[in-house]
Amino acid sequence: MELLVASAIGIMTAAGLYLVLRLRTFPVILGISLLTYAVNVFLFASGRLTVGASPVLRDDVTVYTDPLPQALVLTAIVISFGMTAVVVMIGLGAFLGSNDDHVDDQPEEGKP
Amino acid sequence: MTHWLIAPVVLPALLAPFIVLAARYHIGIQRAFSVAGVLALIVIAAGLAWQASDGSVAIYQLGDWAAPFGIILVGDSLSTLMVLLTAVLALCVLLYAIGSGWDDRGRHFHALFQFQLMGIMGAFLTGDLFNLFVFFEVLLIASYGLMIHAGGTARLQAGVQYVLFNLIGSTLFLFALGSIYAETGTLNMADLAARVALIDPAETVGIRVASVLLLLVFAIKAAVVPLHFWLPSSYAEAPAPVAALFAIMTKVGAYAIIRVYTLVFPPEVEVTAGLHDLWLLPAALVSLAIGMIGVLAAKKLDRLVAFSVIGSMAMIMVSISLFTPTSIAAALYYVVHSTLAGAALFLISDLVRTGRGNVDLTTQAPAAGAALTAALFFSGAIAMAGLPPLSGFLGKLLVLDAAYGTDKMVWVWVIVLSSSLISILGFARAGSILFWKSHSVEHGEDELVMPRPANLSYVAVGGLIGLLALHTIFAGQVHGYTTRIAANLFAPTAYMEAVLDTPGKLSKPKTEEAH
Repeated sequence: MELLVASAIGIMTAAGLYLVLRLRTFPVILGISLLTYAVNVFLFASGRLTVGASPVLRDDVTVYTDPLPQALVLTAIVISFGMTAVVVMIGLGAFLGSNDDHVDDQPEEGKP
Repeated sequence: MTHWLIAPVVLPALLAPFIVLAARYHIGIQRAFSVAGVLALIVIAAGLAWQASDGSVAIYQLGDWAAPFGIILVGDSLSTLMVLLTAVLALCVLLYAIGSGWDDRGRHFHALFQFQLMGIMGAFLTGDLFNLFVFFEVLLIASYGLMIHAGGTARLQAGVQYVLFNLIGSTLFLFALGSIYAETGTLNMADLAARVALIDPAETVGIRVASVLLLLVFAIKAAVVPLHFWLPSSYAEAPAPVAALFAIMTKVGAYAIIRVYTLVFPPEVEVTAGLHDLWLLPAALVSLAIGMIGVLAAKKLDRLVAFSVIGSMAMIMVSISLFTPTSIAAALYYVVHSTLAGAALFLISDLVRTGRGNVDLTTQAPAAGAALTAALFFSGAIAMAGLPPLSGFLGKLLVLDAAYGTDKMVWVWVIVLSSSLISILGFARAGSILFWKSHSVEHGEDELVMPRPANLSYVAVGGLIGLLALHTIFAGQVHGYTTRIAANLFAPTAYMEAVLDTPGKLSKPKTEEAH
């Protein structure tokens, strides 16, 4: 279980970083989405991994899972979802305006 | 517990949707409400600062939940000073935006402006690290909208870079928060401070990683080399009033570093020893050099100003990373100066753009309204380069004085003084090309004659320069106040007691540990 979660976070982070370094709008946005998925799973793991336990206080339950990371992850998901939508729109506008989807500054014409 | 502490967050949060919903098509009503809101903010912020000026710590528990469980807002002398600075800057920027007509060149300027203020105020007032993240996102998402206000391909391209860089920063922030929570089981800053001090020095791998990640996040916000690449093109391409407002956003990074690294990871805690002097100070010195060389090398006025902002941020970071009460007091004095001077210069570069149609540093015929613009540029450049008689000089003196006698003194003095010389050269070059040499060039027959900038624009910029003059005249009082703030920061017991010992809904926070 720990190995599965840890390797999932690692692989998603590595893939996300690779895509971010491609420096074209679409791969970079995909890469950032992967990174946010990785960080969401990571936040879950920060409250220790417990399977099938209840997060809310009940009378006949003794094993609980930490409810706070779940609230944190929910906030993080909402924020990253909104941010991705914003960056897609701005990126689309920039691409349609200049017919170029490079994220980094391109050297100007006639200069080395 | 009074409710005034949350007013700087709630007021813009209510005003912004009102402007969008009720005054959507009426720029006049939007302007009236926006200015009225900012004026009210100044009054509230001044009241809060007055209340906190005796060193007392006001707290506000949201939903009346006691500290480690609920989110709290904390108004101590540092937070309220920053809130007041933001409100005053916002008024000048808003007047300029109205005077120059920038707010009418796209939709929803005033609503986004209010949301931006809400995020900045919240980031200064919150006492909870995750809440700090949320307010960072609020101010960022408003700044994305403001950054691409009025559109244009170059601006959109710079906007993409800006948004992507900040998204990566937010992801790093979440990783840092996750590791802090995994190590300590809390995200409340005062509670964290108590728990980090208890960590066994032999088992500090996790918290060390977390504290370095957190420093990286704040360094991105503060544009410290090598994390400064987002700043020049975003600030230069953003509309001028927006860039001027962004002058406070880099200070949010500096504020967060001061807050977290005096309270949670103070220099005497073994866990993070060496972080400031070994890593932050060299990075800050390098960014100081790069910023000022950029001032000399820039080919456009707006880039020049953007690099000077990197330089003056680096000056603050140099002072912070010395990490003594004297150096923090000097840094806080310089924060106020650098915010006002940076904002004034961005607005002046827009005055130049209005008067002659571009901001290229080439000799062209005199711009419309050149005399007044030149006078303002002269005083703004003096302030930013750190020449007497304005406050930049005093600020640099305070930083040099804080470094005097430490083992880093040689490095700090050499780089601060030589980079000041370079920036003086850079500003002198820009000023003489823009204003003096232009008299040797005649207006072409077919050239459009540009309009003179509006009077209100000059009033706004003049207001910022006037504030700089006041900051110089009352330097003794201001520095005395920042010295008291720094003393409070280095003795955080009052802060921690106010946060942790105030009773709330979950009766006794000290006895009911979450873990």
